[in-house]
Amino acid sequence: MGDSREAKRVANRLQAGSLTLPYVDQELALDLGLTRRDVLKIAGYGSLAAFLAACGSTSAGSSSITATGGKMSIGSYNTDPGSKAGTQAIVDAFKTANGGTNVTLNVVDHGTFQNTITNYLQGTPQDIFTWFSGHRMRFFADKGLATPIDDVWDAVKGNYTAGFASSVKGNDGHAYAVPTDYYPWAIFYRKDVFAAHNYSIPTNWDDFKALCAKMKSDGLIPIAFADKDGWPAQGTFDILNLRMNGYDFHVNLLTGQNGQKWTDPKVANVFKKWSEITQYYSPAFKGLTWEQGADQLLKKQAGMYLLGLFVSDEFKASGSQADLDQLDFFAFPDVGSSYDAEKALDAPIDVFMVSKKSPTLSANLGQAKAFMEFVSKGSTQVTFWKSAPGAIPTASDADTSQYPALTKKAVDIVSKAQKITQYFDRDSRPDFSGPNGMQGFLLSFLSNPSGDTTNLQKQMQTFWEQLPPE
Amino acid sequence: MKPEAGAVAISGRRRRYTLLTRRDKILLALMVGIPLALDVILVWGPTLASVLLSFTNWDGIGVPEAKNWVGFKNYQFLFTGYSQFWPAFAHNVIWLLWLTLIATPLGMLFAVLLDREIRGSRIYQSVFYLPVVLSLVVVGFIWELQYYATEGFINNALGLVKSGHLIDWLGDSRLNLYAVLVAASWRHIGYIMILYLAGLKSVDPSLREAARVDGATEVQTFFNVVFPVMAPINVVIVVVTAIEALRAFDIAFIINQGKNGLELLSILITNNSLSEATLVGFGSAIAVVLLLISLVPIVTFLTRVMRTST
Repeated sequence: MGDSREAKRVANRLQAGSLTLPYVDQELALDLGLTRRDVLKIAGYGSLAAFLAACGSTSAGSSSITATGGKMSIGSYNTDPGSKAGTQAIVDAFKTANGGTNVTLNVVDHGTFQNTITNYLQGTPQDIFTWFSGHRMRFFADKGLATPIDDVWDAVKGNYTAGFASSVKGNDGHAYAVPTDYYPWAIFYRKDVFAAHNYSIPTNWDDFKALCAKMKSDGLIPIAFADKDGWPAQGTFDILNLRMNGYDFHVNLLTGQNGQKWTDPKVANVFKKWSEITQYYSPAFKGLTWEQGADQLLKKQAGMYLLGLFVSDEFKASGSQADLDQLDFFAFPDVGSSYDAEKALDAPIDVFMVSKKSPTLSANLGQAKAFMEFVSKGSTQVTFWKSAPGAIPTASDADTSQYPALTKKAVDIVSKAQKITQYFDRDSRPDFSGPNGMQGFLLSFLSNPSGDTTNLQKQMQTFWEQLPPE
Repeated sequence: MKPEAGAVAISGRRRRYTLLTRRDKILLALMVGIPLALDVILVWGPTLASVLLSFTNWDGIGVPEAKNWVGFKNYQFLFTGYSQFWPAFAHNVIWLLWLTLIATPLGMLFAVLLDREIRGSRIYQSVFYLPVVLSLVVVGFIWELQYYATEGFINNALGLVKSGHLIDWLGDSRLNLYAVLVAASWRHIGYIMILYLAGLKSVDPSLREAARVDGATEVQTFFNVVFPVMAPINVVIVVVTAIEALRAFDIAFIINQGKNGLELLSILITNNSLSEATLVGFGSAIAVVLLLISLVPIVTFLTRVMRTST
């Protein structure tokens, strides 16, 4: 089995509401509540085994790869109050669900975890670690520092859409991660502020600039912007480059594929466009953290803020549900290029991965895989989401009925996007995107946005070219 | 034959006279050998490794191989193409000048003033010394809270937040280095003060008495009598200042990981070889450059110490 004809046959039988299992040779009545779309999805997998796994039924493969009881360890970078509590909650739930598995949770400051990841994975890492999808995940897979988990993925992939399925694949085609949450980047605003001033949502670049000018005359900071840490500016670069030059160009540029160079005039155009709105940014933005930028939006000092959905965590942390209820967002306005139709945006996916060099992994592999299966469940992800509302569950069976309007809208904007990127520092190599490279270059640009960027682009390209082969 | 203490050990061809027993020799070998081994393992080994790695493009994963060898390419890029190197170098020089010309003299001045047993000198001593017990990371956090453009103490105290003319102490690349230098001096002054105060206490009081009897003023006494007597301490102070300037790292790193006007050589090393970016080879090249620069004050210090001790 495994060919598409077989799958189609299965699909047809499914629509008929019954299925003959070859091993059992008996017709089973099925009441799976499958929609036509689900059936097509299942057909797409092209194998009966995948279908069985997809249904989450007691497939034989699943039970043999996991183990209950025992112990395992997790390295986590979730140190924000919300995500920290969320991680603890799912670990506790796992302990109960998996026969009292003793889980050691090692929580490391997010920045430190990220900075020391290479040494961490080569030393004595925990069995499972938190990480990002994208180029950075594939990099460690290529270097042999992550364990492929195709068996787990086969068992859980029915709970994921195709976009997530491709996000866990390494360059070698094996699965290396289980996605647990994602969040879109968009322009956030307060509904009450927009209502009070009678602002309408801008859908194109000119309207957007006009709105900025209007806000400025109304005494607001039109766009909250905070780039002390260097990475927030990359979000603006991403969206402008995606909309002006398209997804393919963006990916090629960030990975240097197909000879794409930073000196390209198309990149200069991005900076030129960007310079049209920098006058509307927060004063002293180069010394502000993203949290301070979020505070400007929260306190109605600023009108808009281009950031990830995690800005809502900051609203939640303020303790005022009324403020959180006012938070809303809209998609980045069309810039008038042919790529507007792609509706591309950054929607980074957070994942769990299984390390390779963990000294306890050989003993704990079963428990580790059980945990990976556990976090692929919608119920687990919703538990996490309740603590960190900026992290939308990735599983298809997540109970979306509890979602507030903001989360529903976030799901919607991502599903409408034809192309999704992870974020600059997850899509490009870290030595290029870090403080050493692009963060510094973008800060230089922002110091003099109206200036000629030829020299700056040359520096970017020179820096790129001297980087050793990855 | 078991040699006794003071016995003449006779070897096959040459006769050597020794006062050491075998036990003494073993003990000596251990006493010299262990520190030497530690020195080689912990200092010379890594130094040599850094120098070797600086000729490679090793990414920190696995073992460096022959194909990683790139010759002087790292150095070439460092000096000609890397846009952050010369700013970082300049910032270290500014750091050195600031500490030498402003912070260190201030620390010495405080020491001299406190040495005069003015009322409450113990309290002043404690106050000025207090920042020294804090780690530089903590100092960085404390000053960050003062400097934040919108929430920081300084801009609020000056009323700049209300008037909307914010001074971007941390983000303005022409300002932030000096803001950081003030923070660093806050700690450095206390450090120098204590060092110098200890030195002043050891100056023979009869020298000052003699100077006073000869009719010298306070200032003359200090510059013509006390300062020359303090020569060994002065050298230590100069070297400490130079080393502090070269190893400047913490505060700038806390504030923004050393970019946008806060580039420093030590931070470039970290950002290249110890961060998520694992350009170990390139980072090592910067480290070697910093080592060569550091050798100047270290050698000066050592020759000075050696000379005074012989």
